[in-house]
Amino acid sequence: MKSATLRKLLDEIGPVDAVGVDERVAKYTTRSIKKGSKVFGLKLAVSMVDLTTLEGKDTPGKVASLCRKALCPHPEGDVPRTAAVCVYPAMVKHAAKHVKGTEVRIASVATAFPSGQAPLKTRLAEVKQAVADGADEIDMVINRGAFLSGEFSVMQDEIAAVVEACGDATLKVILETSELETYDNIRAASFLAMRVIRPGDFIKTSTGKTSANATLGNNQVMLDAIRDHYLDTGVEIAMKPAGGIKSAKQALQFLIAVKETLGDKWLHNTRYRFGASSLLNDLLRQLETQRTGAYQAPWTFTEDSGGY
Amino acid sequence: MPAKTSRTQARELLFGDLWEFDPAPESAPAHIDERYKLFIGGRYVTPKSKKYFDSISPRDGKKLAEIPHANAADVDAAFAAAKQAFGPWSKLPGAERGKYLFRIARLLQDRSREFAVAETLDGGKPIKESRDFDLPMAAAHFFYHAGWADKLQYAAPGRTLEPLGVIGQVIPWNFPLLMLAWKIAPALATGNTVVIKPAETTSVTALKFATILEQAGLPPGVVNIISGAGETGAAIVNHPDAAKIAFTGSTEVGKIIQRALAGTGKKLTLELGGKAANIVFDDAPLDQAVEGIVNGIFFNQGHVCCAGSRLLVQEGVEKELVARLKRRLSTLRVGDPLDKNTDIGAINSKEQLAKIKELVQSGIDEGAEIYQPSCRLPGNGFYHAPTLFSGVSQSHRIAREEIFGPVLSILSFRTPEEAIEKANNTCYGLSAGVWTDKGSKILRMASALKAGVVWANTYNKFDPSSPFGGYKESGFGREGGRHGLLDYTKLA
Repeated sequence: MKSATLRKLLDEIGPVDAVGVDERVAKYTTRSIKKGSKVFGLKLAVSMVDLTTLEGKDTPGKVASLCRKALCPHPEGDVPRTAAVCVYPAMVKHAAKHVKGTEVRIASVATAFPSGQAPLKTRLAEVKQAVADGADEIDMVINRGAFLSGEFSVMQDEIAAVVEACGDATLKVILETSELETYDNIRAASFLAMRVIRPGDFIKTSTGKTSANATLGNNQVMLDAIRDHYLDTGVEIAMKPAGGIKSAKQALQFLIAVKETLGDKWLHNTRYRFGASSLLNDLLRQLETQRTGAYQAPWTFTEDSGGY
Repeated sequence: MPAKTSRTQARELLFGDLWEFDPAPESAPAHIDERYKLFIGGRYVTPKSKKYFDSISPRDGKKLAEIPHANAADVDAAFAAAKQAFGPWSKLPGAERGKYLFRIARLLQDRSREFAVAETLDGGKPIKESRDFDLPMAAAHFFYHAGWADKLQYAAPGRTLEPLGVIGQVIPWNFPLLMLAWKIAPALATGNTVVIKPAETTSVTALKFATILEQAGLPPGVVNIISGAGETGAAIVNHPDAAKIAFTGSTEVGKIIQRALAGTGKKLTLELGGKAANIVFDDAPLDQAVEGIVNGIFFNQGHVCCAGSRLLVQEGVEKELVARLKRRLSTLRVGDPLDKNTDIGAINSKEQLAKIKELVQSGIDEGAEIYQPSCRLPGNGFYHAPTLFSGVSQSHRIAREEIFGPVLSILSFRTPEEAIEKANNTCYGLSAGVWTDKGSKILRMASALKAGVVWANTYNKFDPSSPFGGYKESGFGREGGRHGLLDYTKLA
């Protein structure tokens, strides 16, 4: 039953060859980004960060300092704000005190993140509460169990229900790529999600809570899916790799993938985000190196984020 | 945006200049001499001919160095040195010969940046290819054959491998240093000595390679490097002391060599032209197939004998595949080969550029539909935009003749049988590619295609342990692997 369904879908959307994908993305890592183009890329990356803290030990105080970091990542060098802060639902109202009314948006993971293993009713209630508390964006997890057992319509219906619960909030659909394992599965899940979400909603690689997170490979498979879906339907879906992107160099490689797969229109934080926390300070460090000509000590940059 | 947009897609993506890359030129010095000498008997000698010619950098059309134009007397001296060196070299224990080869391999790695820049300046290939492909592969061939040197008794169990003597080797301009490695490494591992001639337009890295041999302390005369033009090559081929000729180059010259050697008893291996079919079935992973097609035809500006220059695509996915291919072409960066972001560099020589243009014109004249992405080509130097021809039929010149440039001819087929027939309908048989999600189809195609190498769901993959060579007018003999080794020995 399961394989028949997946096979049918893959016949429609086309399969993925893993060796070929890995070869393609290896080419991004050989691009050499210098001088002005480097500064542009780094600032673009800063503006795309969803500055994240997702820990049991999060407190209103921690969230407050995260928000201030998002609003002013670094006092010097004309650095843009990050796109959003990303917190657990219980922290949304605390974040709202600091960033509501600014350009920094509040994103909240919901739907029993990271496993999603709660009754649908509970998950939808969580989404509604987060939106009511002031979340501008909801990061949901898909029902991987439903996907892997071939019950694609269950998975899609749940996403559709979350879309409804979101109201005006932007939705990001986390596929949790490491649990889907194969590129074929990632492509299939991307299409299933894209067919029920709205233009401007996101598909997202991972929760950051498993051992393997965003890679250039799964990023590429999802970008390819977004491109195919756009060319087919005209619907522009956005993308968010999350977890595991810790260095500025990595971030630039992900952006090169965007530039060469989806083109200029996706090089904007309404179309592409990084789910990250420690990445931000490395971006700042590289920007300061470009600006001053010298590497600055790590303590030059404020440490207000943790987590993945 | 492409000059002529495809009409099959209603929407298009914008690959514009929002985030342009700044120039990123490789800055390592290439240490290229103003004027080179021949390397004979372990010494750098001025040519007896007293003649030199200019090596032109295709990157900007400027003179790079003066290359000695060796005559028959120089070739004589090289063979004399190689003959003298053969006795002691062939009697060395294999492990000792292996040591020299290991040293050469390590020295190539140590100096790979310098050699990569020299290769790019001299030949026009993108620095990322000379850095990431040519140099590592050249070193890998020396490492691989170094390992064989003391294990020759296992290459043909129960038999003894004996060296042939002095080998005359003539190599082409598309992978100057790599082809040199393919030729020299197995010859030395098996106890032969060598007289080798690089191609006229790309002699610099071969002549620089002499300094590596010197650093490695290779005994004098084991490798002799002679530069020159066609008549120099002819003097090597026709030299009475040559026990074997190994040639890589055009089918035309290969035929002349085979005629010249008829009845002489010299052994011969030829690695000649190709017109490979890259076959895409309707169940193939299309995005990865597009990468493979791009890699197959635009790698090294298409100056690859095994280039996938004929794309055979199943009719059901032809429109879709070509649209994806065109989109991918608009993100390829054509320009200064020394820039680390360049995907397609300079055409090797003015003559080759003229030949490519002539064949492209024939494609237009014969009615095929041309597509080139809009890309700015540098003003100086020799450059050609990546080119697709669709609506090509088997009888077109661009489907039959080797173009040896960044030009892809697209043909379609309906059934596997038709694909096989079209793929094999050529005088060449060097390589082929098959793209499908179905394993059994790959196996069937691989046994039906008359080609020395068949790549499945990938293209242009090389390894020193994998034999490479052709069918029909693509030549005979194999290079690399155990088969390549045996072509440099006689079995006793």
